[in-house]
Amino acid sequence: MGSLEIAEEIKKTFPDEVIGFTEFRGQVTVSLSKDRIVDICRYLHDSPDMSFDYPTDLCAVDNLGRGRTRFEVIYNLYSTKYRHRIILKAQVPESDPVIDSVTLIWSGMNWHERETYDMFGITFKGHPDMRRILMPEDWEGNPLRKDYPLKGPEKEWRGYRNVKEKSRSFREFQWKQ
Amino acid sequence: METVAKPLETRTLTVSMGPQHPATHGVLRLVLELDGETVVECTPHVGYLHRGIEKLSEHRTYLQIIPLTDRLDYISSMSNNIGYCLAVEKLLGIEAPERAKFIRTMAGEMSRISSHLLWLATHALDIGAMTVFLYTFRERETILGLFERLCGARLTVSYPRIGGVRNDIPDQDWLDELKSFTDEFPGRIKEYETLINQNRIWIKRTKGIGVIGREEAINRGLSGATLRGSGIDYDVRKYMPYDAYDQVEFEVPVGKEGDVYDRYRCRMIELEQSNRIIRQCIDKMPSGPILAEEMKYILPAKEDVLSDMEHLIHHFVLVAEGPKAPVGELYVSTEVPKGELGFYIVSDGTGKPYRMHVRSPSFVHASVLGRLSKGHMVADVIANIGTIDIVLGECDR
Amino acid sequence: MGMNNLAVEPTETPEGIRIYSQNVMVASGEKLIDWFVNRARLSSMWPVTFGLACCAIEMMTTGSSHYDLDRLGIIFRGSPRQADFMIVAGTVCKKMAPIVRKVYDQLPEPRYVISMGSCACSGNVFDTYSVVQGVDEFVPVDVYIPGCPPRPEALMEGLGKLQEKIRGEKHRWGRWK
Repeated sequence: MGSLEIAEEIKKTFPDEVIGFTEFRGQVTVSLSKDRIVDICRYLHDSPDMSFDYPTDLCAVDNLGRGRTRFEVIYNLYSTKYRHRIILKAQVPESDPVIDSVTLIWSGMNWHERETYDMFGITFKGHPDMRRILMPEDWEGNPLRKDYPLKGPEKEWRGYRNVKEKSRSFREFQWKQ
Repeated sequence: METVAKPLETRTLTVSMGPQHPATHGVLRLVLELDGETVVECTPHVGYLHRGIEKLSEHRTYLQIIPLTDRLDYISSMSNNIGYCLAVEKLLGIEAPERAKFIRTMAGEMSRISSHLLWLATHALDIGAMTVFLYTFRERETILGLFERLCGARLTVSYPRIGGVRNDIPDQDWLDELKSFTDEFPGRIKEYETLINQNRIWIKRTKGIGVIGREEAINRGLSGATLRGSGIDYDVRKYMPYDAYDQVEFEVPVGKEGDVYDRYRCRMIELEQSNRIIRQCIDKMPSGPILAEEMKYILPAKEDVLSDMEHLIHHFVLVAEGPKAPVGELYVSTEVPKGELGFYIVSDGTGKPYRMHVRSPSFVHASVLGRLSKGHMVADVIANIGTIDIVLGECDR
Repeated sequence: MGMNNLAVEPTETPEGIRIYSQNVMVASGEKLIDWFVNRARLSSMWPVTFGLACCAIEMMTTGSSHYDLDRLGIIFRGSPRQADFMIVAGTVCKKMAPIVRKVYDQLPEPRYVISMGSCACSGNVFDTYSVVQGVDEFVPVDVYIPGCPPRPEALMEGLGKLQEKIRGEKHRWGRWK
């Protein structure tokens, strides 16, 4: 099936959730609201002529200052049977950054969702193990948000401050003569 | 006085196979819960090499990101560069000329050979076969020497450019040396196989270990030889061909059982097939330009920059602000030695990407490690780390 | 028969050692012991394997047969308790910093640190929220080897500089200093 046909099918089956779809360089992106994302994904996985069994990727985009919903969670799905690809964009507002998790459908999305939680602060409801993966466990802030500075916040992470403090105190240690 | 006998109890031992470990191929932390020698639970912790490449690329122009992508999978840096350049070329709507496509295919396959040789060296070294490490590094030196003559750097080359490659092949000697390398290489592969293929210890340590079933492998999003060992024929070079892969003939090896031994055999056959592709590229190499001609997006040649005003202005604008890409977003993936590397680029019309996400195969493969090692022994954990072929630079970005 | 009937005139090194032939040297005092002990120490430096990123691959290449490190007496030890020095090869992230410091603390004296590669020397291009801008922020460094990654020959020159440093040390053989 061509990508545009897949997008049409999704719009026919879930007319309330699909906001629209765009095409760029032959790739179709379907924008949806986040409400029934699990149903849509299950339909895409189970339906015999879609059969999106391969979870390529899950990431998020922060649209701060672009006049749209703040976060968009991108689902990149591929079918090894029919060799077609579709990209879904679920709109997640800043006031309620929670979306349902799709780990029950594709277990490969597990770590991708953890990374999105770590980098953007979007919580995935129903995820078996929602905690930080790339940053240290007690890091504060979500690095990939647009309002997070590139060089890091003013206040240094507690663990790194401890290391510098320890190295300074060891350097100044006076052994008994 | 009464003595109360305490009942015997067994507890599991929690060991942190920490970030600093000779066998973890980088900074990977595994927290193992052991019951004697058997692993009850294995939790991988990553993020010890998180350099913030995705955030950094939002502040760099498309041209300045090429050296950053080098450092993702630092063992086969040519393949990462090619993947990124393809993504940006598709975004800008330009295409590299034929000669550049063949050179990129050839360089990509050389880096695939180099990466698989290092994989074999470290995998065998961890399992105990130390000699293989010394033999494969000998071949790797030849390839790194060829890379150095081609573009000046051994390991982190930044050779491909948006729209082609940086410079042409230096001289015919380079091609001759590469050709003699491809003539000798099958003999060398046989050397490595003689050392370990039929070795009783190797077979005992790799057969039946780390088995992933077909359905589960697809459901988890594995790619590359890790997926093909389980019997699924998914290779980005065949499914979505790019560069010159539709003009060369090669086979994609597929395993049966999905254990460590099958993945090892897949990668060994991939070495032979890469050799075959390089030889075909040398024979079929067309002549012509090596950079596309779009003045808007591609840096003009230095002679023109120094003599013509318009070229100078273009050069200045491209270096200072970057090629202004049209608004849109797309995902392009290539087959790197580790699996499927994808770049999801969101562009907002300026010379810097608004968001660049790297879909790294090592990240997905590292997540499977916990499930692979359950029920096996500690030594099998080492074999599993070797077989999924992860590089922490790519996993953590 | 006195010893002074020898036909050879000895050459005198700055440390006060009289050299009669290739195998015959006569001297006395602390300088002699310094001379021997330092030369013994620099010919068998044992690093702890601390490869973090790309520079680790070049370190492995230097250790393999083309640019052999074994001929300099360098054997990579797995445990810091059995090692002489530490080659920090690769980018040090803030999450990894406590572990680098812990391994450094576990090295027995006399210990040295070689910072290999631009990332360990100064942070390289990665001026971001999670990268330490140079490992010398919390660990004292003896030799800096710049490069991205430095060539195997550059690493060997850096090791040569460390050997020079060890050669010039004084009184490292007595009671703890």
